[in-house]
Amino acid sequence: MTTILQPDHVTIPGVSEPAKSRATRRVRGLSDRAIAWLFVAPTIALLLAINIFPLVWMIRLSFTSLNLSMSYLPLRFVGLDNFTDILTDEDVWFRLQTTAQFVISSVALQVVIGFGLALLINRQFRGHSFWTTMILLPMMLSPAVVGNFWTLLFQPQIGPFNYLISLFTGVPPSSFSMTGEVALAPWTIVLVDTWMWAPYVMLICLAGLRSIPDYIYEAAEVDRASAWRQFWSITLPMTVPFLMLAVLFRAIENFKMFDMVNLLTSGGPGSTTELVSITLKRAAFEKWRTGYSSALAIILFVTVFGAANIYVKVLNKVKQR
Amino acid sequence: MRRLKWLGGAVTSAVLGAAALVAAGGGEAAAEGKQLTLCWAAWDPANALVELGKDFTKQSGIEMKYEFVPWTSYADRFLNELNSHGKLCDLIIGDSQWIGGAAENKWYVKLNDFFDKEKISMDDFVQATVVGYSQWPKNSPNYWALPAMADAVGWTYRKDWFSRPDIQSAFKAKYGRDLAPPKTFDELKEIAAFFQGREIDGKKVYGAYIFTERGSEGITMGVTNALYNYGFNYENPKKPYQMQGFVNSADAAKGLEFYKELYKCCTAPGLTNAYMQEGLDAFKSGQVAMQMNWFAFFPGLYKDPNVGGDKIGFFVNPAGPNGHFTQLGGQGISVVATSDHKEDALAYIKWFAQPTVQQKWWQLGGYSALKAVVNAPDFPASASFAPQFLESMAIVKDFWAEPSYAQLLLDMQKRVHDYVVADKGTAQQALDLLVKDWTKVFKEQGKQVASQ
Repeated sequence: MTTILQPDHVTIPGVSEPAKSRATRRVRGLSDRAIAWLFVAPTIALLLAINIFPLVWMIRLSFTSLNLSMSYLPLRFVGLDNFTDILTDEDVWFRLQTTAQFVISSVALQVVIGFGLALLINRQFRGHSFWTTMILLPMMLSPAVVGNFWTLLFQPQIGPFNYLISLFTGVPPSSFSMTGEVALAPWTIVLVDTWMWAPYVMLICLAGLRSIPDYIYEAAEVDRASAWRQFWSITLPMTVPFLMLAVLFRAIENFKMFDMVNLLTSGGPGSTTELVSITLKRAAFEKWRTGYSSALAIILFVTVFGAANIYVKVLNKVKQR
Repeated sequence: MRRLKWLGGAVTSAVLGAAALVAAGGGEAAAEGKQLTLCWAAWDPANALVELGKDFTKQSGIEMKYEFVPWTSYADRFLNELNSHGKLCDLIIGDSQWIGGAAENKWYVKLNDFFDKEKISMDDFVQATVVGYSQWPKNSPNYWALPAMADAVGWTYRKDWFSRPDIQSAFKAKYGRDLAPPKTFDELKEIAAFFQGREIDGKKVYGAYIFTERGSEGITMGVTNALYNYGFNYENPKKPYQMQGFVNSADAAKGLEFYKELYKCCTAPGLTNAYMQEGLDAFKSGQVAMQMNWFAFFPGLYKDPNVGGDKIGFFVNPAGPNGHFTQLGGQGISVVATSDHKEDALAYIKWFAQPTVQQKWWQLGGYSALKAVVNAPDFPASASFAPQFLESMAIVKDFWAEPSYAQLLLDMQKRVHDYVVADKGTAQQALDLLVKDWTKVFKEQGKQVASQ
């Protein structure tokens, strides 16, 4: 409750009406709207400073020739040259192709494994909590840690992974290198990413499975629907929105995947596992091609943003159904 | 209004209070004495420099602080620091290839006046190190660094294995000559192939360790040792920046093919992304007969209890069909232009340039570039790798030191790794693409690039 200490109709001798009104406002304090703005202002300022300003600045730089390793050269406005360079560069298209292959393979595997794990964990069994925790452990680790320890596991001479494969296949353990061979390296990064993030998909699917009311299954049982029929007609359709959400999250994350792959293969052998994020990092912070890399960042941003928007629209339609 | 005034007063008091606290802290630091931060890579010679720096502190009262970064992130970290005009480093031991960019961007203090004033003559230093680490433009009397750590690529070998009678006779039976450190690349490949997969003391060993790292500079610093000796040149010596026919000559392509053959026939499995440290590990664990690495690591290897002493030998990078060169490593020490302690930093350089300090630097495990040290009559006998070091420093060649060196380097990393490790295309195609990449970089830099 607001207490007005100063009555509205007090006449102060020698003071004009507008001045009086200003004085009244000051005494009354700030309006609700002003207080709201006061609270929101720091957040807006922060957002402008760390998000909007760099974005605008990056858009500006994408039309210039700026190269930070040669900052003594005059800054030239190059129009759309950087964008044309990128879009006509065969290497960039290869990197996008590599990224797309990585995203599709890893997300598909994670969805299949994550959903399978969720179906298992959704049942009650002995040691349920222990196994749930164990399954969730990988996603709690830092990608840097994951990259380093898998590098060690994949080491051809001392790494246990090769010995394990050797045990089942009879192939000598030091005769192949998971991170160093063109045929194996792309699958290696998919494998490690799936190991790390399938539990995350499992969690989302688990939320979906637990949101299905029991009475639907009870009704299905009354109708003598088989377990398989219940899965196809109840479980799967009702968890599809959750699965789609998991696909969206994982696809966006994997599109910008950098740290783990960089540690595992550095984009090699050659450029076999060079994802577009690694290309971007090299252009921006190793080659110092600021103008070019700003343009590449914008292209990637627009691609992800556009694809995510289309996907969300589809997701909403599925939910409405 | 009074509230606002009160708030203003409170903020002012807080700011003044904080300033007073900072000032008090600063005063305390000042009372403790001056301090310099020296930035370099984290490797064996850096430990020797820390030891050496204690003498400087004793003499000048200036405390030395060190910022050492692993080699794989050394360039990223410090070029970022220099680019952003940071104040982390007062002194920096920067890589030889940075000199062009550092000079053009004014990241380093130009040292000509200082050298004149302190009577430090560049004629007193090994010529290759002056050109490689100090001058920009190259071969002009413009100095941006003092040669600090002379280095080049050399080779180590298992002297104990080479001298075993059973191994010697097996080698002679196979190749019709005595087993000895190789003088040419053909000999090196033969020896590597001989040891590859051989069982020694019940353990399977491999022929050679070579650089293959993809992320920073590794494979380039390795492959150039073969390329130079087969006929690769960065440009037409008579027409700067004309690379067509020099970078991608037929001889250069043969050099690249040789490196790939050596990689395929005679290296340990999984050697797809390996540089200095992996080489040291492979050699120390007794996996390889011969190892390519920087001379900087040789003092440490010689001291190793398992493979050092009598068990290790050293040889110069072998000659090829069209020349005898080796890749230059090493760095110069510079004063960072944004440092607040330039005078103290220059005092450090003055101290470091003294012959007695340089002599101690060599004794501790650093590599001096001062002629008074390396040309001394007792120098070749001072370490078992000293003669090879001297010989190598006389045949060094360096990568581009242009301001755009990082782009040039990463382009070469990609093209060479694609061909050697990922089996993509032919050697000729890889070098043709490299010429295309480099031409684009130089054109962006505003250079005239002649195609013929």
